[in-house]
Amino acid sequence: MDWGQILSNTASSLIGPATIAYALAAIGLSVHFGYAGLINMGIAGFMAIGAYGYAISALTFGLPWWAGFLVGIGASIVFALILGIPTLRLRGDYLAIVTIAAAEVLRLLFLTGEFDDVTGSADGLSGYHASFRAANPIPDGTYGFGPWTYNANGWWVRILGIAIVAIVALIVWSLMRSPWGRVLKGIREDEDAVRALGKNVFAYKLQALMLGGVFGALGGIVYALPSAVNPGVYVTSLTFFVYTALLLGGAATIFGPILGSVIFWVLQTFLSNVLPALATSGILPVTSTQASTLRFVLVGVILMLIVIFSPQGILGNKKELTFVK
Amino acid sequence: MALAKHSTFRRSAGLVSLLLTALVALLTFLSASPASADEANMDEPFRVSGNVQNKGEPLEDVLITVTGPGGYEVEVETDAEGKWRVGVPEEEEYEVTLDESTLPDGVAVVEGSNVRTVEVGPAGRVSTNFFIGVGERNVTSFFDQFVERLATGLNFGLMLALASIGASLVFGTTRLSNFAHAEMVTFGAVMAYFLSVAIALPIYLAIPLAVLLSGVFGLAMDAGLWRPLRRKGLGTVQLMIVSIGLSLALRYIFQFFIGGGTVQLPGSNSPQIPLFGAVSLSVIDIVSMAISIVVIAAFAFWLLRTRIGKATRAISDNPSLAAASGIDVDRVVRIVWIIAAGLAGLAGVLYAYYRPGIKWDMGAQILLLVFAAITLGGLGTAFGALVGSLIVGTLVEISSLWIPADLKYVGALVLLILILLFRPQGILGRRERIG
Repeated sequence: MDWGQILSNTASSLIGPATIAYALAAIGLSVHFGYAGLINMGIAGFMAIGAYGYAISALTFGLPWWAGFLVGIGASIVFALILGIPTLRLRGDYLAIVTIAAAEVLRLLFLTGEFDDVTGSADGLSGYHASFRAANPIPDGTYGFGPWTYNANGWWVRILGIAIVAIVALIVWSLMRSPWGRVLKGIREDEDAVRALGKNVFAYKLQALMLGGVFGALGGIVYALPSAVNPGVYVTSLTFFVYTALLLGGAATIFGPILGSVIFWVLQTFLSNVLPALATSGILPVTSTQASTLRFVLVGVILMLIVIFSPQGILGNKKELTFVK
Repeated sequence: MALAKHSTFRRSAGLVSLLLTALVALLTFLSASPASADEANMDEPFRVSGNVQNKGEPLEDVLITVTGPGGYEVEVETDAEGKWRVGVPEEEEYEVTLDESTLPDGVAVVEGSNVRTVEVGPAGRVSTNFFIGVGERNVTSFFDQFVERLATGLNFGLMLALASIGASLVFGTTRLSNFAHAEMVTFGAVMAYFLSVAIALPIYLAIPLAVLLSGVFGLAMDAGLWRPLRRKGLGTVQLMIVSIGLSLALRYIFQFFIGGGTVQLPGSNSPQIPLFGAVSLSVIDIVSMAISIVVIAAFAFWLLRTRIGKATRAISDNPSLAAASGIDVDRVVRIVWIIAAGLAGLAGVLYAYYRPGIKWDMGAQILLLVFAAITLGGLGTAFGALVGSLIVGTLVEISSLWIPADLKYVGALVLLILILLFRPQGILGRRERIG
């Protein structure tokens, strides 16, 4: 067992693109679920919209990378409107089923062979990096120390991603202490009371859905930035994993989603390295493929335990109701 | 291994070495025939790989040619698992050609053409899969196709109904949108697999035992998890997310035991019985439909005529009133869980024959269809779930006459969304305020 390699990979995942992408998606979900009380089970759909929006605008329309970002964001707003206008009047768990179904419809549309020219069907999309890498201000070379040694493109993705996380967290922080945010939290606690105060509950919910959706799309874009867009990623499990990260950190907190995503990925990377190694060295009496599925079993168990015993998450306040009854 | 030679030589040290290499290549070519390489040029930095399958069965010794820029050309043959792999020198586009004359007689590439263009991206590897099928054009008349789809759809719908009515009963009595219901479906199939393959019981014993074990599993889940959580007073949303966690955990436990591939139950390729025209159903389809109908009829009798069945409906209607009128809610809910899990397990066995094959996430593949069926029929009403399932099942199959097969579930999911928007109480549900 190569502990050095295992620990190095684990440390590296602290600022991995996947961690950053999960953090962004989880922040989006914290706006939906944590602050507005909307049970959006379709965050994977928003992420897919962002990733495909970015990749397709570069590959099919030849747009530069920043335009790809704008297309991804714009598409997620449109998706939020299409999803939100008819469904936000529904009760909580109905909304969950509609959003999960909408995300699946979206994934199947990206997966089908019908639009192979644009979406790449089951192979996904790749090779859209030229514009993004050309815009890289970091000169070629390898930088960093220890486990955090990446080339110029690796750093460019990470620095941009972390900057986006910081900006998004700042936006959420300032919004949630504004009157707008207080109304949103009021809707989560008691929709009818807020409506009785003369607020347009539906409009607030729709704005929250669009805002969180944009963050989800940004997460999808960052996920797609370093390598490729693969339709097998944007399955319902992705939504569940982002939920796990969010609830772990604390749904109605600013740093909870970020902390949750970091813990989620550090744990995932550690287990995905250490479990097969334990299996091959004979300490675990299973094959190494079996050992690597164990970490997903653990995700499920952790999700159950958090919801049952500590629904407010690590950073959350127990007094603040984070679950709509 | 060394058969696959190509024409890109590194800058060599002179004519002699070039000649020698050519000679060696020629000798290898002569001696190593017939070819059996599934990997070639693996010392190159990038990879192109793929899979050749005929309805999920790997095809061996199919000749694949990969050509690329600069006259690069390499040939490989698929191995016993239908796989092949070549190394390529550059991040470029390559053309992959499947030699159809090396396929078994009567089959051809069914999806796409036998020539593919792949691009080796920054990941450094790319794969492309060939799906092979009967290489004849479909000449069945539209009417026959329609009838065949309708029959398949009814079969699928009945199977879906077994899963849905259980989930619907659970929702009706406990208000739980149970995402782990999908894993209860998979559980039945996996148990049937273990009993019939690992313990080698005859299939007519394995299936009832698997259903029985599913019922025990349902009882265990209720006693070990859901009843304590109801006591604790968790809200419906919390319960739903707990069921998501349970669903994830169970799904990967199944993968732990049966792996990521597909395994078959015995007798999954039964003979086709021609009915009329070009329409035919397999023995399994017919038996499966018969089982579904008998079980659903028995369930209906239970729900309508027995005391427990009446109590179940009373709780679905109004749990507090039911409890106040002396019904032991906990006991009824326990029985509901056993029945729901047993039905789901049976659905899993039938689904394993319908797909065909058992896969660790097979239940999750139909979970949203189950939800669609429940919602369509009316949440919490068992007969609504039956009607909803039949509609969803036939819709999924018949819609694939017009839309591509890989989009056939989209129709059902769009229907689910539309129903929730315009008639959220479903077909048989009562109108109530759910906004």
